[in-house]
Amino acid sequence: MKVTVTVNGKRYERDIDPRMLLVHFLREELGLTGTNIGCDTSQCGACTVHLDGKSLKSCTCLAAQADGREVTTIEGLAQGDQLHPMQQAFWEKHGLQCGYCTPGMIMATTAFLKTNPHPTEEEIRHALEGNMCRCTGYQNIVAAVKTASERM
Amino acid sequence: MRPPSFSYQRLSSVAEAVQMLSSTDNAKVLAGGHSLIPALNQRLSQPGTIIDIGRLNELNGVSVTGSSKLMIGALTPHAVVAASNNVRRYCSALATACGQVGDPQVRNWGTLGGNLAHADPASDPPTVVLAAGGKLHTMGPNGERMIDAADFFQGLFTTALQPDEILTAVEIPIVADRKSAYAKLAHPASRYAVVGVAVFLNTENGSCTNASVAVGGATAKPTRSAAAEQALVGTALEDAALDAAAAALTNEIQGDAVGDIYAPSEYRAAMAGAMLKKAVRAAMV
Repeated sequence: MKVTVTVNGKRYERDIDPRMLLVHFLREELGLTGTNIGCDTSQCGACTVHLDGKSLKSCTCLAAQADGREVTTIEGLAQGDQLHPMQQAFWEKHGLQCGYCTPGMIMATTAFLKTNPHPTEEEIRHALEGNMCRCTGYQNIVAAVKTASERM
Repeated sequence: MRPPSFSYQRLSSVAEAVQMLSSTDNAKVLAGGHSLIPALNQRLSQPGTIIDIGRLNELNGVSVTGSSKLMIGALTPHAVVAASNNVRRYCSALATACGQVGDPQVRNWGTLGGNLAHADPASDPPTVVLAAGGKLHTMGPNGERMIDAADFFQGLFTTALQPDEILTAVEIPIVADRKSAYAKLAHPASRYAVVGVAVFLNTENGSCTNASVAVGGATAKPTRSAAAEQALVGTALEDAALDAAAAALTNEIQGDAVGDIYAPSEYRAAMAGAMLKKAVRAAMV
């Protein structure tokens, strides 16, 4: 089937198998491998992207469901060499160790700040319930989100 | 993981979707996909055709009809139900339950109707819809049906929805001065309900005049507890009355409680009582 998906502002038209998941569409059809696959079962959040501005686990969405819609991935956040404030804050606060969960963390928290621009620490922790990190213990991730929220 | 092969149809009206569903063998309806896609990935479901109704805007949204009914379209995402002023005002237990489904990403795209049609025993909204006396509106080749929640949930992942029917809306009666709450013991990893209890209460001069209690998670399907309801009505909902109602609930579901390596049936039955007390106290705040 034919789908047209706008990803990071660019329109892509592809002929795909209807069973293709959005995460595979991004990684394999478009070569956007910043979106990671973690658990494959809608739990870990590594594959989080924005679909029409709202956070989504792209392992739990058919590419067909994204037809005609807008997707933003981690590759779409920076403006040239200028990192997105959330990316900058993750760097400065060292909100990562291995980095595998980081794209999903950043996509989940940038969507979250649109609904709650000045969250408390508790609200940040609650907003991260769909994203797992097995390295950091979350402390520096929460600090990064707090820092980004103060700058955005 | 990748889903098995299927053909895919996106339809632009409920009537078209019903027509396609009744004329296609082994078809499955796709709404938000947050129950179906994991089931596809794990080969628990292998439909020949997927009928995507996810963009039928006519099935999306919350409204109040007259002053007696809260109508929630089947495609309304959990996040929208949880944030709806009308749901919070007339059925706050449902706002609480939908706000505890999965995580923010799941609540953005998972739908109330999809959740109810899936009938996962560990899910939160079915328990609340049952306790609220909700009605499920469906559309099939023979027209509309309205099914009481008490008849809709039939067992583990099993409902009264026929293979050629689509769930279109959930109706919650608006009862004057009725208070509600949902309390849940969440599994620490999955956040699914080990036990969830929904209560709907009316009081007059401090005395409970009407009570509806349903439990989920602990049982294969959401279940009303007449014994717990009787134990609450006529009391001032004081501690001793809550203890008696909790014991009645535990006792009533003991035989039907499900157990697994994390939470044996006795534990779930006991925690149902604890969640009942928590829910009543939350409702009366």
